[in-house]
Order: sequence, then structure tokens, then C-alpha cells
Amino acid sequence: MSLLTLDHLKTSIGQYHVLHDVSFSVPEGGVFVLLGRNGAGKTTTLRSIMGLWQPSPGSITFRGDDITGLHTSDIARRGIAYVPENMGVFGGLTVAENMVLATHTGRFDRARLKRVYELFPALERFWDKPAWSLSGGQKQMLSVARAIIEERALILIDEPTKGLAPSIVEAMGDAFVEISDSTTILLVEQNFQFAKRLGRDMAVIDDGRIVHSGTMADFAANQALQDQVLGLSV
Amino acid sequence: MTGSKFIKTVVLLIWAALLFAPFLFQDVRSIEVAARICIFIVLVASYDLLIGYTGIVSFAHVMFFGMGAYGTAIALDHIGNGWGPLALGTLCGLVVAVALAALIGLLSLRVKAIFFAMITLAAASVMLVLAVQLSGFTGGEDGMTYRTPDLFKTATKLWTDADGKVVRIADVKLNGKLAAYYMVFAVSAVLFWLMLRMVASPVGTVLQAIRENEARAEGIGYRVVAYRTAVFCIAAAVASLAGSVYAVWLKYTGPETALSFDIMIDILLMVVIGGMGTLWGAAIGATLLVLAQYYLRDLMGVAAEAVSGVPLLPDLLNPDRWLLWLGICFILLVYFFPRGIAGTAMARRSVKG
Repeated sequence: MSLLTLDHLKTSIGQYHVLHDVSFSVPEGGVFVLLGRNGAGKTTTLRSIMGLWQPSPGSITFRGDDITGLHTSDIARRGIAYVPENMGVFGGLTVAENMVLATHTGRFDRARLKRVYELFPALERFWDKPAWSLSGGQKQMLSVARAIIEERALILIDEPTKGLAPSIVEAMGDAFVEISDSTTILLVEQNFQFAKRLGRDMAVIDDGRIVHSGTMADFAANQALQDQVLGLSV
Repeated sequence: MTGSKFIKTVVLLIWAALLFAPFLFQDVRSIEVAARICIFIVLVASYDLLIGYTGIVSFAHVMFFGMGAYGTAIALDHIGNGWGPLALGTLCGLVVAVALAALIGLLSLRVKAIFFAMITLAAASVMLVLAVQLSGFTGGEDGMTYRTPDLFKTATKLWTDADGKVVRIADVKLNGKLAAYYMVFAVSAVLFWLMLRMVASPVGTVLQAIRENEARAEGIGYRVVAYRTAVFCIAAAVASLAGSVYAVWLKYTGPETALSFDIMIDILLMVVIGGMGTLWGAAIGATLLVLAQYYLRDLMGVAAEAVSGVPLLPDLLNPDRWLLWLGICFILLVYFFPRGIAGTAMARRSVKG
């Protein structure tokens, strides 16, 4: 059974139709990659899943329940974490406070915190520092760490490699591989090389429509298809 | 010393001065000023919970203050001066304030900040008109003068010596006035401490997260409207209690002392001068403004005397022009401390690490 299913989603922002027809299913486990060029509707798809934009018509099913139209905070509480493109850390709060916010009990599970420290050692070092003083890569780590500090069924990650140094991108990729052992990741990417390494299943979105979906292995092997749906922009 | 520690030390010194105020400054006016500072620290700090910690701009804070004051005053005036009516009136004021805050919050915290501000302004105006119009109940424009529990009467002797005379410590009579002052002090200190505890708790962190990025707070599972409404209710409850205490202290409640928009403007000025989002700033802002309101005239009188030989200066420093100088002080404060005194001092710490 698939974990998350988007069925003929259509989302408008004001008078602009951003998503015209988006349907895909994210199976449980592993990394699902949504590829697409700038402005194709990748971020809008994630925001629609989180309830930050309301799709109409169309439906979003998560673990068998229809979550279309639910309040963002309720969607989050059902076990979907969102790591937005701009990282969304609270700069005025310390790293520790940012992390506490992501736990709903106000307490850390020791084993999970230890795992976060192992994945992102920098966070342990800057634990009591305000989040604004972190570098871009560290902010991204904090944002991802916040998503995994509690048990989540699905993590939506929006272009995590954008603007990061190659070495950090590498580390981030390793972290995602490890995280995806226990949690499903829906990753939005423009960086095909990065996506290729991580993804098990994938879809390509263009101009608000899904133009291809399948397994990453098939897609990566088919240069003609890549040229056709991704064009030269990726 | 870091900016943050410095501000906290200053605020603790203010509280220490307030604790010993009846013994340090032995005249009637000083004790009035000290009591007013206590009450305004609480009132301004509770407003800071809204504007500084959650980014809610409300003009109804004075209304909740007034509800507490009028609740207590009406009970004391209409039922009698016992502890029962005092408790009943305070409780009624509190319940009405919280209920109205919940209603306004749930109905209108979803709308944009400017509309919310307008709604609170309208509510506060309606309440002021009601207080003036329902004169049989509230005393109208004239307000109400009433008696408080006997413990707080000036003639009450807390402690008498062998001759039946009231005992003095360091020349201060242990009478009902002193008891009333320490009631004001104790309630204010406890409320201020509770608010400090609240903002240091996980709830306080959520509030700061909401202020910083509402959508992100929603995205990690916090219901922003619920939190905002809760804070609005808590601030209203604290303001209402401050109002009740003020009503007992003054033994008079009227539109001028409990509901007027002048009070609202004072609260806003105190928050801005002290610095938003720190609570410590509220204490500094309230102390400075109340002191200026009471003593700037005297100070200018002394200054005018001192420069009486110099042309023009005595005219400029004429005590009647105190409001002009107060205004100049505000402009200078805002210029040199754009984030308020505490805000600017505490920010300095975080830049230098």
C-alpha cells in the first residue's frame, strides 16, 4: 500500500493556476524524488500536502486517510514533517530550543538525540548558540534534524542542496540514506546527480503536471527519456 | 558584565527598592509612586506577553485592567467592604475579562494584525462608554469611592505597644496603609515572577517561534490560533488582577483611573521604552515613565531655580513645560535605544557572544 497518494491535484495561488494535474503515489520506505525545473510546481506540491495551500479539486491520502483540507498543524501531528527550501529555522531561538519545539512532549528521546548528533555533529557543538549564527549548511542540518527528532512517517524535503558546498551536499546525502532506512522521504530536487544517488522511485513534474513517473533505476538508464522530460535545464 | 545580566540586575534592584520603599522614602507621595510602579510593571509585562512575545497588537489591554478594577470596586461598593466581596468582585472581573478575551481571540485572531487592533480598539471604546453610561452601577464619570477590608484602613494598627500606640520600625508606622502597600507589592511580584516562569518554559519558546515564523510553527504541528488565544486570555487575566489590586489600593475606581485611553498610551510607551519581548524591559519602562510623570516637574523646578540668573533658560525649564521635556526624552530614547532600553542592551550581548 502506498503511504501518500496525490490524486488529480489542482492548486491555485490567487488567480494563478500552479498545479494543473498532479497525481503520484509515494510507497512506504526509501526516498521518492520529485524532479522538475524551476517554477514547475515542486514546492507548491509540497506546500499543498502540508495544507499551506488548499488544493481544489483533488485529494491527498495519507496512510489511507483523506487529509485534504486539514489544518497544517493537524497534518504535522499525523506524522508528516516538512523541511522547507528556506530551512525555516527560528533564528532568534537556540539550536536546543529549535529542537525542543519539534518534540511535542518537550523532552528528547535519548537514542534519537544521539542519532541526530551522530548524523550532524555540528549541532552538538552549537547546541546552545542562537540559530541565526549557524552557517547555511548547519541551518539545513538543524532543519532536517528537527524533522527526525521524533518518529515521523514521512518527511518532505525541499531542495536541500541548494546553495550548499559540495562536501556538505555529500554529507547531507549520507544522512538521507540513513534516515530513509526507517522513514520515508519525499525529496524535491533539481540536482539530478544528487537525486539519482538517493531515489528509489521518482516522478517528474513540469508546468504543474506529472510528465513521468517510475523507478529511478529505469529513469537513470534511459538517456532519451531524461532529455525528453528534463530538457537541458537539469 | 553582559547587557543581559546588567538589565536583570537593574530590575532586581528596582524590585528591592520597591520592597523597602515605605522605609526608604517616607512620604505619602513616594508610596503612591511605588505602588503605581508595582502595578504598572505587571500591567506592562502582561502587555509585553502579547506584543513582544507573540506579536499581537491589542488596544484592549486597559479594558481588561478596568474590568478587574470595576469588578472589585462594584463588589466593595455595593455589597460591603469584607474579604468576601473583595474576592467575589476580583473573581467576577477575572472571569469576565478572560471570557471576553477568549471570545475576541477566537473570533478575530485569524484576521490580519491591523484588523485585530481595530477590533480591540472598538471593544475598549464600547467598554469605556458603558462604564460612563451605566452610572447607577459604575458611578459614571465620577466613579466610585468605597471602603476596602479593615486591614487596609490607614487607622488600622497592625501592631501596638504596651500603651496601645502603633509600633514604629525605623520611624514607619505599622498601620493599614503599610499592609495595603505590601499587598500590592506581593501580588505584583508574584504575578511578574509567574510571567517570567511562563516565558522561560517550553510554552514561551513556542510563542517566540510563532512570533518569528507563523507558518513554520504551524508546519511543525503547533496550532497558532490556539496559542495566540491562550496568551491573549492569560494577558487579560493578569491585567484584570492588576486592576483589582489597583482598585483596592486607590479605594477609588473611575474611568480616569481604570479605563481611560491615557493608560493605554502609557502602557504602549512603557513597553517601547523598556524594550519589547524581554519582560525585564517592562519593569524598566514602567519605572522610568512613572517616575518621570511624578518627578519631572519637581526636577525642572529645581533646575529652573538653579539657572535663574541665566536669560531664557529658566523659561525653558519652567515646570509647566514638563510634557515638552518628557516628549524630548522619548525622542532621544527611541533614537539611541531603537529596541528599547532592555532590548538594545540585551542585543549587545548576543552580537558579541
